Amino acid sequence: MSDQHLPSSQRRKFMLGAAALPLALAMSRIGHAAALPTAQVNTTGLAVTDTEVVVGQLHSATGTMAISETGSIQAEQLAIDQINAMGGILGRKIRVIKEDGASDWPTFAEKSRKLLVNDKVATVFGCWTSASRKAVLPIFEKENGLLYYPTFYEGLEQSKNVIYTGQEATQQILYGLDWAKQEKSAKTFFLIGSDYIWPRTSMKIARKHVEAFQGGKIVGEEYYPLGHTNFNSLINKIKIAKPDCIFAAVVGGSNVAFYKQLKAAGITGAKQFLLTLSVTEDEMLGVGGENFAGFYSSMKYFQSLDNANNKAFVEAFKKAYGPKAVIGDVTQAAYLGPWLWKAAVEKAGSFDVDKVVAASPGIELPTAPEGYVKIHENHHLYSKARIAEGQPDGSFKVVAESPELMVPDPFPKGYQ
Amino acid sequence: MDALKTWLDRSGLASIAILAVLLLVVFPLAMDSFRLNLVGKYLTYGFVAIGLVMLWGYGGVLSLGQGVFFGLGGYAMAMFLKLEASDPQSTAIQSTPGIPDFMDWNQLTALPLWWEPFNSFGFTLSAVVAVPVLLAFVISYAMFKRRVGGVYFAIITQAVALILTVLIIGQQGYTGGVNGMTDLKTLLGWDIRSDEAKTVLYFVTTALLLAAVLLCRWIQLSKLGTLLLAMRDKEDRVRFSGYDVSMFKVFAFCLAAALSAIGGALFTLQVGFMSPTLIGIVPSIEMVIFAAVGGRMSLVGAVYGALLVNFGKTYFSETFPDLWLFLMAALFIGVVMAFPNGLAGLYESHVKPWLARRKGGAAEAGGPPAGTPGEAGQQAAAPIASPGPSASPAAPHSTPAVAADPGLGLGTKVSSQSA
Repeated sequence: MSDQHLPSSQRRKFMLGAAALPLALAMSRIGHAAALPTAQVNTTGLAVTDTEVVVGQLHSATGTMAISETGSIQAEQLAIDQINAMGGILGRKIRVIKEDGASDWPTFAEKSRKLLVNDKVATVFGCWTSASRKAVLPIFEKENGLLYYPTFYEGLEQSKNVIYTGQEATQQILYGLDWAKQEKSAKTFFLIGSDYIWPRTSMKIARKHVEAFQGGKIVGEEYYPLGHTNFNSLINKIKIAKPDCIFAAVVGGSNVAFYKQLKAAGITGAKQFLLTLSVTEDEMLGVGGENFAGFYSSMKYFQSLDNANNKAFVEAFKKAYGPKAVIGDVTQAAYLGPWLWKAAVEKAGSFDVDKVVAASPGIELPTAPEGYVKIHENHHLYSKARIAEGQPDGSFKVVAESPELMVPDPFPKGYQ
Repeated sequence: MDALKTWLDRSGLASIAILAVLLLVVFPLAMDSFRLNLVGKYLTYGFVAIGLVMLWGYGGVLSLGQGVFFGLGGYAMAMFLKLEASDPQSTAIQSTPGIPDFMDWNQLTALPLWWEPFNSFGFTLSAVVAVPVLLAFVISYAMFKRRVGGVYFAIITQAVALILTVLIIGQQGYTGGVNGMTDLKTLLGWDIRSDEAKTVLYFVTTALLLAAVLLCRWIQLSKLGTLLLAMRDKEDRVRFSGYDVSMFKVFAFCLAAALSAIGGALFTLQVGFMSPTLIGIVPSIEMVIFAAVGGRMSLVGAVYGALLVNFGKTYFSETFPDLWLFLMAALFIGVVMAFPNGLAGLYESHVKPWLARRKGGAAEAGGPPAGTPGEAGQQAAAPIASPGPSASPAAPHSTPAVAADPGLGLGTKVSSQSA
């Protein structure tokens, strides 16, 4: 079952389809005869040979962010392994150069420059925090590199040299708030976040949406330093304000303290409606299912999503990384990076960054675990928004899904 | 001839010259622009390290908060560059064009008043040094006048590092918060991201660093340097001799702060951003490690220490992405266990006597392999880094007590006790 005689557009669809199907995956092989000459697919001196293309991977394998970024590292590696098992890209196997950003932003900058200038990688999959992305962005723009960035983030950014495979803020927030109003009749909201750019921007959008478009009311808005673990005064404020909905974007270690203290104070899913932007399967490991049961999380992906693509993905991921491995929203978004890059390279017929970038808008990925996605002109993905309820065993039950794909809008008019 | 040689030995100019040749000729010829830029970045830490030699090695005051001054210098420079990068055309997409992007995200609608002066390059340059020195003066004056010293002072410097980090992260509308100030592009219209600019900045950094080393060496050789050492070893005696000990400590602290700040400003120029991760306790302790690895008594050693540790960091993390932190830890522990006086101490205690023996053997063919005791003793006692000779004028460098122990710290102690 060789596919080298199919026209390239059909072949792409076939190969994308194969991503999720282990059977087809095992049988699919692209002959090297189909490969284009290197001089043709690489006119800018990237590290591409007749048999190999070199890419970079830049995450924190050490330091405080390692616990969050490990899932992304694994998902990207899984996607690359699967692509290589299918014969690679344009007949070339992908070789990964792994660099450790060490949770330190200057190190991210140094390593990204090393990957682009010294190693001449064709693309980089990497970064997790906004701070690390901000640190490397000028380097990618200066050296004309290409970065696939997996994390849901605050928006307010759009670069020629970055493809954002996570959601920007409006994609994660607006549907959740509408759902809260319709399904949970929430009229009053209490906004809580860690104190940095992502929660601040998210809450600004939430406030605008609630006040200007829903006719609701914000009864409190509080921010706490990163790593803050004492939420007793906040819990008192919540008890006084009695909001219909607690809308939270607390991150990292604060998350664990926040939900434990809520439960200790008797604020549980049975009595209080809470919607968060920052609890995925990964955070759930730390928070504990019993502390989050009955609360809701707004993401684009949950491990429990019921579709064939996702079943194959979860199975492959657990096979590679053990039955206890969990897959959060960002892990899935990171998995999309190599596939989106592959599709764009094959559409462009070249590894040249400019050609891949030009080919990227409009790239579709019907086989994504989260379902069909497509790259927008602004380099973000069209994707669905989903709401899931935390279960006592630490899993999520998806309870709602936006009927349409959410259009990415990193600079939302009317929300500034 | 001999007098010149002795003077060269005593002043340490020879080792400074070797460092200059290495930095100005060997590295630029041997490295591509990417690696050279990395060395340039490491050298900015060299400023902090030589500041610590003056403060810790000579003054005996351990500061675990040098990142504060590195950061303040870096932020002052970053503010100027950020304003230049935030002209109304390139920020047209914002709600309020013409202000830095992070201010716009934080709903600021006008440039805060205290940012205005940073539109001026001249003001920025003076602020790079003046602001950290002022803070250093306030902290150290308050502490040293009350005779707070030793470990308590070290803890307070750590607290300052923590406070400043929290302040910068918390005031994100004014400081860029945890992301820091990013996307710095030009300096007075000159693109600092290009390879040529990075090469120019490398040479500027090197020149300033060498100038700083010379300045510090000059201070060490002056009466002031002698006093710093005396104060470190027997503070009470110096006080009873009529000197205002606290003001000398304040001076050393301010000098170290100024050097760190210059390093920070150059860091911002070379790396293109500044963030609170460079200010906190961990980077501040790392800076002390640079000086400890290089040898806290040796200016040149401290520069090598900063280069070696950072080179190790880069090399290990590129080559062994999974293991590199363990390798770095092994390097630190190894150096501290094996050579308590750092690389410079290793040189003084092992390489120099060996060289002297070799030389002695060559000069007097057939003579005893150990060389003449007098020459070996003099060689060991007059190193660039050793405080022995200059520490106590009462103990000339041929004093047997010093010659017997070329190890740096101990040599000093012996000489001052014998004085």
